[in-house]
Amino acid sequence: MTIQPSVVIVGAGPAGIRAAQTLHAHGVNACLVDEGLRGGGQIYRRQPANFRRDPKALYGFEAGKATAVHQAMDTLATHIDYRPQTLVWNAEDHRLDVLQEGRAGTLDYTHLIVATGATDRILPVPGWTLPGVYSLGAAQIALKYQGCAIGERVVFAGSGPLLYLVAYQYAKAGAKVLAVLDSAPFSAQCRALPALLGQPLTLAKGLYYRAWLTAHGIAVHQGATLQRIDGEKRVSAVQWQGSGEPQRLECDAVAFAHALRSETQLADLLGCEFQWSELNRAWLPSRDSAGRSSVPGVYLAGDGAGIMGADAAEMAGELAALAVLADHGQSIDTVRSEHLQRKLAGIERFRQGLETAFPFPEDWASNVPNETIICRCEEVSAADICATVNEGHWEINRVKAMCRVGMGRCQGRMCGLAATELVAHCSGRDLHSIGRLRGQAPIKPLPFGVESQP
Amino acid sequence: MTRFIETDVLIIGGGIVGASAALALALKGKRVALLERDFCGSHSSGVNYGGVRRQGRPLSQLPLSQRAHEIWSGLRDLIGIDGEYLRSGHLKLARSDKDMEALRSYAEASRGFGLDLQLLDRQQLRARFAWAGDVAVGASLCADDGHANPRLVSPAFARAAQRAGAQIFEQAQVVEVSHDGQAFEVHTANHLSLRAPWLLNCAGAWAGALAAQFGEPVPMVSGHPAMLVTEPLPLFMDVSTGVEGGGIYARQVARGNCVLGGGQGFALDPGKARPGQAAVLEILRNAVELYPPLAGAQAIRTWSGTEGYLPDREPVLGPSITTPGLLHGFGFAGSGFQIGPAAGEALAQTVCTGQSTIALDAFSIRRFQSTAQRSTNVSH
Repeated sequence: MTIQPSVVIVGAGPAGIRAAQTLHAHGVNACLVDEGLRGGGQIYRRQPANFRRDPKALYGFEAGKATAVHQAMDTLATHIDYRPQTLVWNAEDHRLDVLQEGRAGTLDYTHLIVATGATDRILPVPGWTLPGVYSLGAAQIALKYQGCAIGERVVFAGSGPLLYLVAYQYAKAGAKVLAVLDSAPFSAQCRALPALLGQPLTLAKGLYYRAWLTAHGIAVHQGATLQRIDGEKRVSAVQWQGSGEPQRLECDAVAFAHALRSETQLADLLGCEFQWSELNRAWLPSRDSAGRSSVPGVYLAGDGAGIMGADAAEMAGELAALAVLADHGQSIDTVRSEHLQRKLAGIERFRQGLETAFPFPEDWASNVPNETIICRCEEVSAADICATVNEGHWEINRVKAMCRVGMGRCQGRMCGLAATELVAHCSGRDLHSIGRLRGQAPIKPLPFGVESQP
Repeated sequence: MTRFIETDVLIIGGGIVGASAALALALKGKRVALLERDFCGSHSSGVNYGGVRRQGRPLSQLPLSQRAHEIWSGLRDLIGIDGEYLRSGHLKLARSDKDMEALRSYAEASRGFGLDLQLLDRQQLRARFAWAGDVAVGASLCADDGHANPRLVSPAFARAAQRAGAQIFEQAQVVEVSHDGQAFEVHTANHLSLRAPWLLNCAGAWAGALAAQFGEPVPMVSGHPAMLVTEPLPLFMDVSTGVEGGGIYARQVARGNCVLGGGQGFALDPGKARPGQAAVLEILRNAVELYPPLAGAQAIRTWSGTEGYLPDREPVLGPSITTPGLLHGFGFAGSGFQIGPAAGEALAQTVCTGQSTIALDAFSIRRFQSTAQRSTNVSH
């Protein structure tokens, strides 16, 4: 090997950090770009440097993994070109456009590992834009990062493994958790058991959180659908429906989400091919078992290319780094590479089980009240979207052009999936047949007056 | 299963020109079928800046542009929506005395076309438009020009045509066109076969191939304007603006978002374009000195489109020289949105009466005949 590859990694979560570490171990120092202040990503988000909470209190069962990832990051930071607080806002042929402290710049690469992670999957209900309503991930970040709770009397709703984890973390931290409303029925979780047994430890943790909540007198309702969030200036109550009478519960904060969605905008701008994932109910960038995308030199790792969780992200990061090295002609440990691929396949099966245990509420679109704001940036309601569909539009970019859904500040990152569900429902078409929102730069907003090299 | 349709007029391209022609023809009782490869008004006609202006056009276009101005005044009745159309004025800013002089000459030369341009010196500009940045030394105002939302207006022309009786086929890519001396026959990828004595080539930046097939290639190139939009800002201006000599243009919509354009992007493939980082950064760097209220604002989205440009920046509009029944309407050089409805109407008149009430000679494809024959291979 003569010329060093110029590798850029976007995202310093479990996938990005392990990728950088693996490259470093093979003598390649990557440039690691991250929007966050400190590496660790969302799942292992670190507290500010002057905070002194014990990892066990912040990450629970995952404290060991979190600490290991953070240590790897700290060791790497002095050796590699690590750029925190840096936004990648655009990509053009082998060049990333970045924004760092108000300055625009570019980063060239021969190989790029995209480890952009995930955000919550939001299925809006009336009142979800009230102050005091957070996504589950945001509620967790408030706690992990700043040691803040989102309210004093909190209701957790939605579904997915994060639901129980965050409720548990809040209760442990001393917040008053009023109830956990899980839209998945108990029967679904029983059906999922065979697949979940493939990862007994992860399953045990999930069961532990739930048992702990129940043991501490916190109401856990299964098959319970959040229907409406009440409040004048901020949250005052939630309305929900289980198997019996409609219920109302007064509270001052709500955290809700239905699992996670991949952050795919960068892969889209890079021109990666996407394929429909029934499991994720989303279009995801295609990757081979080692993480190669359809674009030569571009690799995908972690939740940004399909939700697999933090353990899988660490493996996928390492694997993508090995693929970069192999493609660059460096000899790698193929036994290790194959081992990682097998482990990832196992997690994939577990992920199928999770989807059975926490099924997507397929009736959401048919039940969402007309007045519900779907796109909060542009204030587009469910009724607006259905009216647009009733005018004969069904392709999601076309619906966006007509009624502005997904056209605002978040560019559809928050509302896009809900809008897609609604368009599919109103048009009577399959979810995958209505297209996907085209990615457009900037990935996140870009300020006027930005300084840059002319 | 192939579906066969016999009609009076076939239109290729569902942009604002093709859709306006379809609407005008349907209103005159003609049987019309319009074929659009994608969705009507989803390319240049729908993603352009949204300026509805006469000011600054070449004098040759002003009669047609004036007619378009009349059509726009009855927009709601014609297409069923207001399309956020505002006669807010178009303000062309000058950054130097030389630019101001150019505005003065244009005002002089265009006198008699009904634009009613008002020249504003530095004080007058600030008195009327307090937001204007210090770099502006004056401006020319066309009070009756304005802006509209192209995403809504252009598709609405196609829908109005459909309501008037035109057959609109979206996602119908034309794969074959032939002419047997009597009529045109067109086949699409989704198994439509259509036949008509008239064929309107309104395929925008992609119209060159069809013209070339009928022996009249044009030296058209594609342009990709870079555009961006801000998050909603407090309202500070209602006029649509531009700058003498080019560079930047901007308008603010009722919701508060500012739409800005400037510079050129690049083609991703023949159908898609991106604004490109260089042009985007250029706008973000330079806009604030002209529009100080943009300081601290955030751009939330950028985009581009694909527009056809001929070397003289005039459109090709009117009958084919080689083939009876073939009419062209394309190559509007990034400024077809305002004039499009009049261009469509002129094509419809040509079909119905043999000629347009407004002379189209300046836009004839004939002007490229000699150069075209010298360079038949550069039609794309």
